[in-house]
Amino acid sequence: MTDRPENEGLDVQTIDPAAPPPPAAGEIPVDKPVSTFRLVATLAVAGAVAGLLIVLVNLHTKPIIDAYRAEQLKLAVYEVLPGATRYRTLYLVDGALAAELPAGAKASDYRQAYVGYDDAGQRVGVAASRGESGFQDVILVIYGFEPDSGVLLGMKVLESKETPGLGDKIFKDQDFVGQFFARPQTPLITVKAGAGKGLPGEIDAITGATISSKAVVGIINHGLAEWQPVLAQGIPEEAP
Amino acid sequence: MRTTTPSQDFVRGIWRENPVLIQMLGLCPALAVTNTVKNALAMSAATIFVLTCSSVLISSVKKLIPKEVRISAYILVIATFVTLADMMLQAYAPVQHKELGAFIALIVVNCMILGRQEAFSSRNTVYRSLLDAIGTGIGFTIALVMMGGFREILGIGTFFEIPLFGPNFEPWVVFVLPAGGFLTLGFIILAMGYHAERKKAREAATA
Repeated sequence: MTDRPENEGLDVQTIDPAAPPPPAAGEIPVDKPVSTFRLVATLAVAGAVAGLLIVLVNLHTKPIIDAYRAEQLKLAVYEVLPGATRYRTLYLVDGALAAELPAGAKASDYRQAYVGYDDAGQRVGVAASRGESGFQDVILVIYGFEPDSGVLLGMKVLESKETPGLGDKIFKDQDFVGQFFARPQTPLITVKAGAGKGLPGEIDAITGATISSKAVVGIINHGLAEWQPVLAQGIPEEAP
Repeated sequence: MRTTTPSQDFVRGIWRENPVLIQMLGLCPALAVTNTVKNALAMSAATIFVLTCSSVLISSVKKLIPKEVRISAYILVIATFVTLADMMLQAYAPVQHKELGAFIALIVVNCMILGRQEAFSSRNTVYRSLLDAIGTGIGFTIALVMMGGFREILGIGTFFEIPLFGPNFEPWVVFVLPAGGFLTLGFIILAMGYHAERKKAREAATA
């Protein structure tokens, strides 16, 4: 037994024995003034502990997450450049492509393009990633294309928080994803499913997820508009 | 005087005081992510984890929290667990995280979890709070799977991704859209209300 009645300060009465039991009355503290300092201190300590925990776990998990992301990116480059067996990373430095970063620069500060080659050493295409707002949050997409003809080779959603069951079809619905591998001509145009006129860049939107579908198409169009002028200046040759 | 036994604490949340269908708590995830059974189960699993951890922690430190700031403290605890769960899953189970990713952030706004802390864990022992959390979690799962099954069957024509009808089935797309969530919840509550009324009438007739 506790030293004070458990339903102190509460009007808990069981009127009808058949009725659902009232919420268990516990040790609700009686009204007694609590100093403001104590209130602030409690929350400050709780906040500090929570923050510390998050920082510690983040320090521990971030390298693992980054390594996994890098691995996924590598796999994704091969996926969106069908036929490529190796690729090299180029960086956008001052509006031009460079194979090497300026001394002391961090790779993550520069936009990157991945140039894929097949077994014979022929260039297959160029891949790049880009994020833009979708329906919920930023959708991060990697896409591969032929820089000269503007034909899209493939697309893969790297990150998205689109609505499960609807917006997430942008990467779960193979009919939708397959359209990006069918070598459509860019710029792409989103059309309502089945309402296309047979133009070469048409992508059927997903029913119920038009915004997500349009976001993916927009990302690719904007990405190509950004990269094609840069790539037209020439792609630096490989160092022998 | 105790009004409930530990087994009652456990059973109560499952059906009689089902968090979603009776208490009408946690409707945000119940409406948002129940368009398939798989999503409903994933959301339930993530919620049970956070609910159980929060209930155990809060019931063990309840005496330290002044009641003026209890709600803020509960939210802090819940949000911390959600963030930790998110980061750990991302690091150690990236495939599952990809499936669950969108649900995890939603758990913070699940008022069912906050409701259990306020109504139960802040006044009861760790053991009872644990039982209550698991029972409530099971009740939440039942409600979500009911909704997910209903919506997936009508809206996509599958159950747990197994096609139920022939290729000529025209899915009732509205049921996987948000509006379908409200419709489904309405139908389920209507059915439960009708059943309760009938039961009451039967009891009155026999009395």
